[in-house]
Amino acid sequence: MNLAVAVTDLRKSFGRNEVLKGVSLAAREGEVISIIGASGSGKSTLLRCIPMLEVPDGGEVAIAGETIRMRERHGRREPADAAQVNRIRGELGFVFQTFNLWAHMTVLQNVIEAPVHVQKRPRAECVAEARDILEKVGLGEKLDAYPAHLSGGQQQRAAIARALAMRPKALLFDEPTSALDPELVGEVLRVMRALAAEGRTMLIVTHEMGFAAEVSTRAVFLADGRIEEEGPPAQVFGDPLTERCRQFVGRHLNR
Amino acid sequence: MDFDFLGDTMMKLLAGVPLTLQLTAISVAIGAALAILLAVLRAVSRPGEYFVRFYVFCLRGTPLLLQIFLIYYGLGQFAFVRESILWPFLRQPYWCAILALSLNTAAYGSEIVRGGLQSVPAGAIEAARAAGMSKLLMYRRIILPLALRQALPAYGNEMVIMVKSTSLASIVTLMEVSGISYAIISETYRALEVFLCAGSIYLVINFLITRAVAAVEYRITPHLRPVST
Repeated sequence: MNLAVAVTDLRKSFGRNEVLKGVSLAAREGEVISIIGASGSGKSTLLRCIPMLEVPDGGEVAIAGETIRMRERHGRREPADAAQVNRIRGELGFVFQTFNLWAHMTVLQNVIEAPVHVQKRPRAECVAEARDILEKVGLGEKLDAYPAHLSGGQQQRAAIARALAMRPKALLFDEPTSALDPELVGEVLRVMRALAAEGRTMLIVTHEMGFAAEVSTRAVFLADGRIEEEGPPAQVFGDPLTERCRQFVGRHLNR
Repeated sequence: MDFDFLGDTMMKLLAGVPLTLQLTAISVAIGAALAILLAVLRAVSRPGEYFVRFYVFCLRGTPLLLQIFLIYYGLGQFAFVRESILWPFLRQPYWCAILALSLNTAAYGSEIVRGGLQSVPAGAIEAARAAGMSKLLMYRRIILPLALRQALPAYGNEMVIMVKSTSLASIVTLMEVSGISYAIISETYRALEVFLCAGSIYLVINFLITRAVAAVEYRITPHLRPVST
């Protein structure tokens, strides 16, 4: 049983605000874990700590069995080896709420950028693979379009393609549909559903409860920087054990 | 109107155009490279930031004329400069003028590039980090391409100012367009005609530069134009 992503006793404060108070979570290969919780519960911070976009104050992160080495310096914790972090980031696909495509590059250029320049794979191979991926996310016609010329849903699908092009060991989604117009949410969820069906390892921070209940193999409910409830989606969304989770899910499903 | 005199003056002044263009092109090229280095240095390191701020403070706060004098008359007073391998260059007014112009425009240019760097969206940088880019790769592929596109219109302004600043090189004996015009005036005392001719030459040069910058700007920003497909 291989763990694609494992975080152990993760802690993170912003100033005096302790956002993560010791969170442990492991995703086996092929698992789809949805992470839910109210704003400020720490779910985005948890996700961002995995590729060290935020540096945790305590705890460990391991990707495919490899622990990210940390050190203390001037009283602050930081990754000990920047090259290791960069390599591991390349093994994770991160999808942002606000897409964050590179505006000066076309869709195709966005997708091949990191495979060519970070992973140093041959350009021709990357282009061929990028075309396939973009076809799969429904952007086969938009290879040469610039991000500003795409709708939000198209931009997010391009961003997912960019993440996939790294051949990631796990995909991390940080509220991927929260910045989209309601009528564009469906096309992004459709792509994510297909990825889940392929057996990809996915960690999804989301407010789309119906979607999360449907695609996840496991759901995690975060409250006040701790995992309040964790279990199969039928339990977490259908019949939660804790009162707080019951209230939260009830509020969101009835929206 | 004495068209013969105007024509004659124009021909003499045009002989100075190559030097004016050379001074501009070389110092803008060196200055821009330096400006990018300074702006990045300021962005990535705290001591670097203090150094660049001090550099900009000094070069922006004193007249270019004085800077040219300092380099042309001042450097030669130091024995180590006279003995250095650069002396064959630094003893010539041509290279002194280029050095002063380059250092001066680099100060202004670094502020323009700094503005460009600040305009790069945090999300674009975060995506580059998430993709595993090293700092160097990130600057080369994401941050500078976005920042320089943003900075180019303001930089065009700086180039135009540089064309006009080369006129100060005449005071260290360089016979570019302004230098030639002073010479003609001291022979003929016909300041109006000569300066009108010189002015029109600068106008044409700067018109061409602004058009060229606009064309480059158009070329490198297809992502900011309405959809063409």
